[in-house]
Amino acid sequence: MSNTAFTIQNLRFSYPGAEDMPDTPVFDGLNLTIEEGSFVAVVGHNGCGKSTLAKLLNAVLLPCGGSVIAYGMDTKDEKLLLAIRKRVGMVFQNPDNQIVSNVVEEDVAFAPENLGVEPAEIRKRVDDALRRVGMYEYRNHAPHLLSGGQKQRIAIAGVLAMQPKCIVLDEPTAMLDPQGRKEVLETIERLCRESGMTVVLITHHMDEAIRADRVIVMTSGKVIADGKPGEVFSRVELLRENRLTAPDTAQLLYELNREGYSLALDALSPEACAQTLAKAFKV
Amino acid sequence: MTPILETKNLHHVYSDGTPFRHEALKGVDFAVQRGEFLALIGHTGSGKSTLVQHLNALLKPTDGQVLFDGKDIWSDKAFTRAVRFRVGLVFQYPEYQLFEETVFADIAFGPKNMGLDRDEIDARVRRAAEFVGLSEKALRKSPFDLSGGNRRRAAIAGVIAMEPDVLILDEPTAGLDPYGSEQLLENLRRWQAAQNSAVVMVTHSMEEAAACASRLVVMADGAVKMQGEPKAVFAHAAELERLGLDVPQITKVFLRLRELGMDVDTSVFTVEQAKAALLKRGEGAPC
Repeated sequence: MSNTAFTIQNLRFSYPGAEDMPDTPVFDGLNLTIEEGSFVAVVGHNGCGKSTLAKLLNAVLLPCGGSVIAYGMDTKDEKLLLAIRKRVGMVFQNPDNQIVSNVVEEDVAFAPENLGVEPAEIRKRVDDALRRVGMYEYRNHAPHLLSGGQKQRIAIAGVLAMQPKCIVLDEPTAMLDPQGRKEVLETIERLCRESGMTVVLITHHMDEAIRADRVIVMTSGKVIADGKPGEVFSRVELLRENRLTAPDTAQLLYELNREGYSLALDALSPEACAQTLAKAFKV
Repeated sequence: MTPILETKNLHHVYSDGTPFRHEALKGVDFAVQRGEFLALIGHTGSGKSTLVQHLNALLKPTDGQVLFDGKDIWSDKAFTRAVRFRVGLVFQYPEYQLFEETVFADIAFGPKNMGLDRDEIDARVRRAAEFVGLSEKALRKSPFDLSGGNRRRAAIAGVIAMEPDVLILDEPTAGLDPYGSEQLLENLRRWQAAQNSAVVMVTHSMEEAAACASRLVVMADGAVKMQGEPKAVFAHAAELERLGLDVPQITKVFLRLRELGMDVDTSVFTVEQAKAALLKRGEGAPC
C-alpha cells in the first residue's frame, strides 16, 4: 500500500517583479504526485523551477493558484503551517548557512527546542538523529571545524530531530568533495530504505539521480520526463535538447548504438555498464 | 624556462601557538608553466585553498617561498602588490562579492585599481564581458538583477579584466547546471588560448578536470601527492580513492571491464575515448 506524500494540482506560481517590471512566472498549471516513502530526484537546468518547487513543498512559498497538499494538508492554510513544516524538513546547498550553534549537539537540538519538546525527549532525539547520520562521536565538536560532508550530515540530523516524514534536499552536495558527496548520499539513501522516509533530492549530478526510485526532469516549470532512472536517462536526445546530459555511462551506450550496436541504455551504474559492454564486446 | 609561478618547500601553519595549531601545508613544491591549463584536485582540507591563497600573496608562507617569474613575491612591497594584479583569484561562489551599481562598474573595479586610464578600462571591461558571454545590455544592469549563472560570469569577468598572467578559479562551476558548466569551461579555454595566460582550476569533478586540463595536480594532507597528464593520474584509481577522491565514471567502467577479463586500455576517461577504444576492438562488427 502506498500513500501520497504530496499532491500538486494545477499549480501556478510567479515571483513578483520589482517596481514596474513584469512578474516572473515559474509554474503555470503543474500537476505532480509524490508517493510516501519514495526516493525522488528532480533534475533540470538552472532556472527551471526546481528550487521553487522545493520551497512550495513545505510552505516556504505559497501557490498563486492551484494547490500543494502535503500529507493531506493544504499549504495555503496558515493554521497548518507548523504541522507541515514539522513533517517536511529541508536541507540546502551551503552547510555554513544552516548551522546556528557552536556545538554540534546544540545545533541538532535547535528545532525540537523551538517546537517545545521536553528536554529528556530532546536528548533522545538528538542522540538518535546523530547516530542515524553517523556523527554521534562528533556531538561535542564545534561545527566550523568539521568538513563540508560532516556539516551537511549535521544539517540533516537537525531536520531528523524534528521527526519529519519527508526530507527535501536542494543540491545538498554542490559544495562537497567526492568523499563528502558519498557520505551525504549514502545517508539519505539509508534514511529512505531503512526508515521509509520520503526523500526529494534536487541535484545537477546525474550520477546521484540514478540512485533514486524515480527521476523527474523539469524545464521551464514543466515536467518533460518522469520515470525510473533507467527509462529517463536512456532518452539521451531529449535530455540534450533540454540542456541536460545523461550520465557518461548512458551516453557511451547511446553513442555505440549510433554505430550500429543495440545495447540496453538503462545500464547506468559503472558496474551495470561494464557488464553490458563485456557481454557485447567480449571475444 | 622559468615557470610563471612556483612554490618551494612551502609551509603554512594556522593558529600557531594555540591549541588549534594546524599545519595546512607541509612542504609544497608546485609549479605553474606559462599558458598551461592545470587542474588542482584534492579532498576538503587537503590544503588546496591555502595553497591558492599563497599564489597571489593573500597568505604569507610560514616557511618556504613563492616565486613569480623566478622572483620571491615577498621580496619587496611593490612587487607583492604587482603580483596581486598579475595573479587573478576567483573565489568560490564569487557572485556573492559583486557590489557595484552596474555590472560594468563591477567589472571595471579591478582595472580601475590598477590605475589604468578610462579608455583602457572601457576596452578591458568589454573584452572581458565578451569572453564570458555577457551582452552589452547586461553590462548596464544591476548585478543583482542578473540570473545566478550570469552573476557568476560577471564576477569572473571582473578578474579577467585585469588580464592576469595566471588565473586561478576555486570551483568555478559549483552549482551551475551541466550546460552552464560546459559553457563556462569553454569560455575559459578560449580566454586562455587567446591570452596565453595560465589557468589553475580547483575542482571536485574528475570529469571536468579530465576534459579541460592538460595537467592534474593532486593534493592530500598538505602536500602534492601526484601530478601529471590526466591519463597518467587516473591510472592510479585505487590510490585516488584512498585519498578521498574519485576517478571519472568512464574510467570506472573500463577498470571493471579489465577485471571482467577484457584486455582494454584503462587510461580512457571521456565518452569519445571510450567509444573509439571499444569500436576499434569490435572492428565495426556489431553483434
